[in-house]
Amino acid sequence: MTDIAHLRHVPRRYWGRYVSAGLILLFLAFLIDAFAHGKIEWSFVGRFLTVPSIMFGLANTIIMSILAMALGVVLGVVIAIMRMSSNPVMRWVALGYVWLFRGMPAILQLLLWFNLALVFPTIGIHGLWEARMVDVMTPFVAALLGLGINQGAYSSEVVRAGLLSVDTGQYEAAKAIGMARLKALRRIILPQAMRVIIPPIGNEFISMVKLTSLASVIQYAEILHNAENIYYANSRVIELLIVAAIWYLVIVTVLSLGQSQIEARFARGAGRRGAAS
Amino acid sequence: MSGDAVVRSQPIVKAVSLNKHFGQFQALTDINIEVFRGEVLCIIGPSGSGKSTLLRCVNQLEKVTGGALWVDGELVGYRREGDKLHELSESQVARQRLATGMVFQRFNLFPHMTALENIIEGPVQVLKRPKPEAIAEAKTLLARVGLDHKAEAFPVELSGGQQQRVAIARALAMKPKLMLFDEPTSALDPELVGEVLTVMRDLAKSGMTMIVVTHELGFAREVASRVVFMDKGQIIETGVPSEILTRPSNPRTADFISAVIS
Repeated sequence: MTDIAHLRHVPRRYWGRYVSAGLILLFLAFLIDAFAHGKIEWSFVGRFLTVPSIMFGLANTIIMSILAMALGVVLGVVIAIMRMSSNPVMRWVALGYVWLFRGMPAILQLLLWFNLALVFPTIGIHGLWEARMVDVMTPFVAALLGLGINQGAYSSEVVRAGLLSVDTGQYEAAKAIGMARLKALRRIILPQAMRVIIPPIGNEFISMVKLTSLASVIQYAEILHNAENIYYANSRVIELLIVAAIWYLVIVTVLSLGQSQIEARFARGAGRRGAAS
Repeated sequence: MSGDAVVRSQPIVKAVSLNKHFGQFQALTDINIEVFRGEVLCIIGPSGSGKSTLLRCVNQLEKVTGGALWVDGELVGYRREGDKLHELSESQVARQRLATGMVFQRFNLFPHMTALENIIEGPVQVLKRPKPEAIAEAKTLLARVGLDHKAEAFPVELSGGQQQRVAIARALAMKPKLMLFDEPTSALDPELVGEVLTVMRDLAKSGMTMIVVTHELGFAREVASRVVFMDKGQIIETGVPSEILTRPSNPRTADFISAVIS
């Protein structure tokens, strides 16, 4: 019985993994072959990948994603704090906001903002300043308001979940050192809530990048809108859609990498560090 | 720490027929008590007897629903105008809280801040003290609770006893006139209780006024100027520790003490 101690250990072999990997590679090879011989001019994809119109659309997509998300998160934080206020007026305003803007499709909200001039031909304060609505409500402004306000309704629920995840003892400790509610939220509660808030907000940011494509219906010159304009002229529909797809995948990949960086930053004090004093 | 050292001037805490309801439930009934400067008052009693609620009323984590409470000469939570009491605004309540420092059963350190950052948070953010000054004082306080080598540690890297000592330093950094301890050793492993009690004992010796809700009868016997026994939201008896803890006059006190000791 004692000589068993020096026998060699043989690791288990996972044959199923080799088989499934082989099958998937085979399937991918078929797929690549099919697309290579299909009616796609790959040279067009390469040629249009970096043309100025596509680059301009890409920049617009990125700018709109960032601005609309920023507006959405700011609104989300404000609405979440209002929702948890002891003031019933604040609570009802917050509830109404979420009900209204979460209740309508984003594309409909974009169309409403863009066509606001039909309801209010001019905008301004009587006697002080006035402008024509069609000049103010450009595709950019309409897309920003439509997407940002819609996002605010979703973000507020994410932020609220984050605020609720923080132990009530933290609010009490903040009060006990003389902090007022808003300061306690900003200094003590929100930084801790961020750990819970960041992953779903990252997810929503990625959704937002793709949601900006809706703004093409109100003539905002984002990447899909510009790709469409090109294929209306040259009829290379699939080639240009693939160009747009490649750029969306690039943006989303960069964002996913950035998300883990931000998550690591807000994990401060949540686990043991290597070099503790 | 005998009662002789206590200056019998204006009480720092005074409750007159204080009542507290949570909906239908009456948590405190007709509490009358005075605490004087330099006193260490230990509140003992079975769980659910209202001891923590009384403590939380003193620094307004709970709102008094009847009677009156004064801390440091100020009516707590209200401003009197003629024969009406007007509720104070949030910022006025926050200002009143500065008279008291609170130490919680579950420490409640800010987990995203180091021990040092926990301590300077109040002085810098609330009292608007210059940061270098606050840091210097925080280091002195950390040395006082025996943790000067843990300034850069996050709460998660500290033991329960160390966390509670940082929490005491955090409360002291606000230079309160009165320290409140809500079962400060109840969440600790038995071998860590001693280090926290040592810090509290030193604090009492330095003349700090303290109200301590505790189950540590040994600590109460040694350090308290007076002991209050509470049961079912009422104060059953009050007296010097030698009296209450060895010759209680009320049978409920006697039952409780024998139950805790055995």
